[in-house]
Amino acid sequence: MSEVFTKTMARNIFYGGTTFFFLLLLALTFDTQSVLPERSNDSKITAEVILGKKVWEDNNCIGCHTLLGEGAYFAPELGNVYTRFGNSTDAIKGFIMSRPKNGIPGRRSMPQFNLTPEELTGIAEFLKWTSEVNTANWPPNIQG
Amino acid sequence: MQYQSQSVAKLYFIAAIGLFLGQILFGTIIGAQYIWGDFLFPAIPFNVARMVHINLLIVWLLFGFFGAAYYLIPEESETELYSPMLAVVMFWVFLAAGVLTILGYLFVPYATLAEITMNDMLPTMGREFLEQPTIIKMGIVVVALSFLFNIGMTMLKGRKTVISMIMFIGLTGLAVFFLFSFVNPHNLIDDKFWWWWVVHLWVEGVWELIMGAMLAFVLIKTTGVDREIIEKWLYVIIAMSLITGLIGMGHHYYWIGTPEYWQWWGSIFSAMEPIPFFMMVLYTFNMINQRKREHPNKVAMLWAQGTSVMAFLGAGVWGFIHTLAPVNYYTHGTQITAAHGHMAFYGAYVMIVLAVISYSMPLMRGRVANSNKAQVIEMWAFWIMTVAMVFITLFLTAAGVLQVWLQRYTENPMAFMEVQDKLVLFYGMREIAGIFFLIGLGVYIYSFFVDNDSAKASA
Repeated sequence: MSEVFTKTMARNIFYGGTTFFFLLLLALTFDTQSVLPERSNDSKITAEVILGKKVWEDNNCIGCHTLLGEGAYFAPELGNVYTRFGNSTDAIKGFIMSRPKNGIPGRRSMPQFNLTPEELTGIAEFLKWTSEVNTANWPPNIQG
Repeated sequence: MQYQSQSVAKLYFIAAIGLFLGQILFGTIIGAQYIWGDFLFPAIPFNVARMVHINLLIVWLLFGFFGAAYYLIPEESETELYSPMLAVVMFWVFLAAGVLTILGYLFVPYATLAEITMNDMLPTMGREFLEQPTIIKMGIVVVALSFLFNIGMTMLKGRKTVISMIMFIGLTGLAVFFLFSFVNPHNLIDDKFWWWWVVHLWVEGVWELIMGAMLAFVLIKTTGVDREIIEKWLYVIIAMSLITGLIGMGHHYYWIGTPEYWQWWGSIFSAMEPIPFFMMVLYTFNMINQRKREHPNKVAMLWAQGTSVMAFLGAGVWGFIHTLAPVNYYTHGTQITAAHGHMAFYGAYVMIVLAVISYSMPLMRGRVANSNKAQVIEMWAFWIMTVAMVFITLFLTAAGVLQVWLQRYTENPMAFMEVQDKLVLFYGMREIAGIFFLIGLGVYIYSFFVDNDSAKASA
C-alpha cells in the first residue's frame, strides 16, 4: 500500500467502521426485538412449553437434532416434527417413550430418557409451539 | 525469548495440544457413528461424543489464544508479564474446569449433570456449544477476567503497539460476548437470537482480531518487514472483518423466526466476509516475499501461509457458497454447514494457534528454531493434516449436496433417515480422511520429541 494511504487512515477506518456498524447492528436488534413476540407467538408460551424447553435443554436434544436448522446433523429436524407427525402431540410422546434402552442394532438410535408424563407433555407442547413460529416458510418441505 | 515470564505460554500450549488430540479422537468416534449408527451405543451416544469433540476444540483454542497472548504481550510491551504467578494459577483452574466438564459429559447422563450442578438456579445448559454447566461458565468468566487483568496491566506498564492493542480488544470482546451465554429466555426464538451474540460475534467477529494480531506478530518476527507496513495491513483487514461480519450476523437470522429483512442484510454483508480473508492471503504472501531476513524457522512461516490460505478457503469460499439467502434456504442445517465448519475452524483458528506454537516453542526451549529434521517432520504433519482436512471438507460437501437434493430440492423429497442411508459412502470416505488427520496429528506431536542437538542455540 502506498504512502497516500497512511496507518492513521487505516486505524480510523477500523475504529470508525466498527463503531458505525455496531450501532447499526444495535438498531436492527432493537427492531427485531420489537417484532419477535408476535412472530414467535410469545403469548402462547404456556407453563408446559416452558417445561418442554427445559426438558429439551436438560437432555441435550440439540446434540443430535437440528431445531429450525440449528444443532447437530445426526438426527431429523424437529422444528416441524409436529406437522410431520400429523399435528399430533401424542405421536411425539409415543415416539420418545418407545425408544429401546439398548438401541436398534446397526441403526442410529435415540436414547431412552425415561421422561415423566409431565415432561413428555412439556416437550411435545414445546415442539408444537415451535412449529407455529413464523420462519419465513422454512423448511422447504415437510421432511425438514 | 526476550522475557523470562513469556515461558508461561509453554504450559498453555502443551495443554492445548493434549486437548487437541482428545478432540480428534472423539472426532473419529462420531465420524464412525455416522457410518455405524449403533457404534458405542448406549455407552457413548452421539450427542455426548459430539459435545466432547466441539467443547474440546473451543477449550484448546482458548488455551492457544491465552498462551499466544502470554507470549506476545510481554515481547510487544517490552516488559515482563505483570503476574506470571496469576497466569500459572489460572492455567490450572482453567485446565481443571475443562477436564471436569469433559469427564462430566462422559460419565454422567447430561440431565444428571444439569441437576448436580444446579442448572435450574440459572439455566444456561443444553444449547449447542454452550453445554458447559453454569458454574463452569462462571469459572470461565473468572479465568478470562484474571487473564485480561494480567495482560492489561502488562500493557499499561510497557510499550503500546498496534498488535498488542488489537489482541487486547479481541480478547476483551471474547470475554464480553461470552456473557451472552447467561441469557436464556423462555422464548426459544429470543434464546436463539442472543445465542448468536456469543457464537457469531466470537468466530466471525472478535476471534478474527485475535487471529489477525497473532498472524501479524509471527510475520513481523519471521520476515523482519517494517512494523508500520504490517500494522497498516492489520488495521485494514480487521476493519473489513468487522464491517462485513457485524451485520453479516444476519445470515444466521434467515429462518429462525427473525424478520425477513435479515435475508437482505445478511446476504449482502456476509457475501463480503471473504474479502478480509482474501486480503490476509495477499498480505501474508507479500510480507514473506518482501522479507528482510532469512529466519531459520521455516515451518512457522509455512503455518502462517497455510492459515491464510485455508482460512480463505474454509471461512471465505466455503462460507460464501451457502451464505446467500436463496441458497441457504435449501442448505441450512445440512452437511454443507458441517463441511464449512470443519475447514473454517481448522484454517482460521487451529492453524494460527499452531503457527504461534511453531514460532515460539523452539524459543521457549532455548533455540531460535528446531533442527532441520524436526522441522521437516513438522512439515509432514502440516501437509497430512491439511490435505486430510481438504478431503474431509470435500466429502462432507458431496454428502451435503446429495442431502440437499434428495431431502429438500426434488419433487418427491425423501425422509431424513432414508437420505442419510444413501450418504454412507461419503461418510465412510470422510472417516478415512479423519483417520489420516489423526495420523498427521500424531506426526505433529512426535515432531516435538525429535533430536534437536544440531539446532542453533537461542541468541
